[in-house]
Amino acid sequence: MRLTLFNVVAAVIIAIAFAAVNAAYLVWAERRGAARIQRRPGPNINGPFGLLQPPLDGIKLMAKQLTIPGGADKILFIAAPVLAMFPAIMSFVTIPFSDTIVAKNMNVGILMIFAFAALGSTSLLFAGWSSRNKYAMMASIRAVSQTVAYEIPMLITTITVVMIAGSVDLMEIVNQQKESILHWNIFPLLGNSHNILMPLSFLIFFTCTLAETNRAPFDLGEAESELVAGFHTEYGSMGFGLFFMGEYANIVIGSCMTTILFLGGWGCPFGLFPGVWWFILKLYLLIATFIWIRWTFPRTTIYGLLNLSWKILIPLSLFNLLLTAGLIKVF
Amino acid sequence: MVAYFSEIYHGLISLLEGMVITFKEFIKPPVTVSYPYETLPMCERFRGHVELIENEEGNPNCVVCGLCARACPSQCITLAGEKPEGEKKKVLTKYVLDFTRCSLCGSCVESCNFNALEFSKEYNLASRRKEDFIFDLLGRLEERNR
Repeated sequence: MRLTLFNVVAAVIIAIAFAAVNAAYLVWAERRGAARIQRRPGPNINGPFGLLQPPLDGIKLMAKQLTIPGGADKILFIAAPVLAMFPAIMSFVTIPFSDTIVAKNMNVGILMIFAFAALGSTSLLFAGWSSRNKYAMMASIRAVSQTVAYEIPMLITTITVVMIAGSVDLMEIVNQQKESILHWNIFPLLGNSHNILMPLSFLIFFTCTLAETNRAPFDLGEAESELVAGFHTEYGSMGFGLFFMGEYANIVIGSCMTTILFLGGWGCPFGLFPGVWWFILKLYLLIATFIWIRWTFPRTTIYGLLNLSWKILIPLSLFNLLLTAGLIKVF
Repeated sequence: MVAYFSEIYHGLISLLEGMVITFKEFIKPPVTVSYPYETLPMCERFRGHVELIENEEGNPNCVVCGLCARACPSQCITLAGEKPEGEKKKVLTKYVLDFTRCSLCGSCVESCNFNALEFSKEYNLASRRKEDFIFDLLGRLEERNR
């Protein structure tokens, strides 16, 4: 396909629409799921099953005034919510949903996605810094230190997968494991990976995705009991809305990456009818697990959080990287 | 080293146990009663404001002895009655409860020897006007029988 202006605009619109609709309806799914776990009905007044709740919430947020606190750094204050949403949308451009549905496949897709994911934490830093609020500042420092700590095991685990696939092209990584469930990178039986500890890598990657998206049980940046509301304390209106949507868009990106790297992308577990539906199914199963985890575990402490990363996840992921490298050399 | 790995292992197992528990809760039906649309019956011993008890003919059991009015610590109850021609008992003509002063102590119900007073199960009481809480219990009884 040639790169024309029409294609680019269409891709951007589809990416934004996909991210926005997902963000809106994941909020609904999250609230309904949380309610079910706590044996409540959840939002069920507006529309059937409360399905009109997200658009109404959006209208309410848009109708409110965006107040900028006195003494705040105005430019950064306004830029931060936009920066929270923009990397998530940019990442959608290179994620392949099937062998034909991809906005722009790049042979360095993984690098691009991780570059933009790393950019996401700057928005938290900007938000905390520009608010002129000590709680927002502390929250953003926490969120950034957490992101830095968890980026390392995440990248090491990704390198493990990249070594197995021999490519940083997301299409290529999926193509190598799409045959059946036994070729997936999470299971080491038939595919290129001969490492028996690959499920461990999957767990590490999934945990890091949880932490990278600043979600419970790792939502130290939003610890209400200590930090008012976290880095978005001073944000109202759609500024807050954008942070919220950015969080959910990041969850979608994280689940997409887990699906692509470990769960065989659009490949069917039994080798039947590979297609975008398998990708969507795996994606939403992972997202459901995200929601499930959030409403199961209480928030960790900041020490517990950093200890988990530096003492457990990083050594284990490094060990697995070395083991994989050795096994690739042997076989 | 063994302690390190066993800690990781046991931590992981306990996390999975937690997830099993929340999954079990997830598939159970919700217990919430969506209040304005559905209500639960009020419990047996709930003390609402007092209400008159009627006999088989639909008239109040009350014989206008006035013990309830005397038992009331905050003078909520005003009652009056008259003796019609040829009747033995007095007949209640007015029974007003000033609920703004009532503390639901139940002394009136306790003091009644003729089984004429009971606690109602009314709990949806809200108004902006004080007059709405001065109940004409005789009128309410007639309204119930209508």
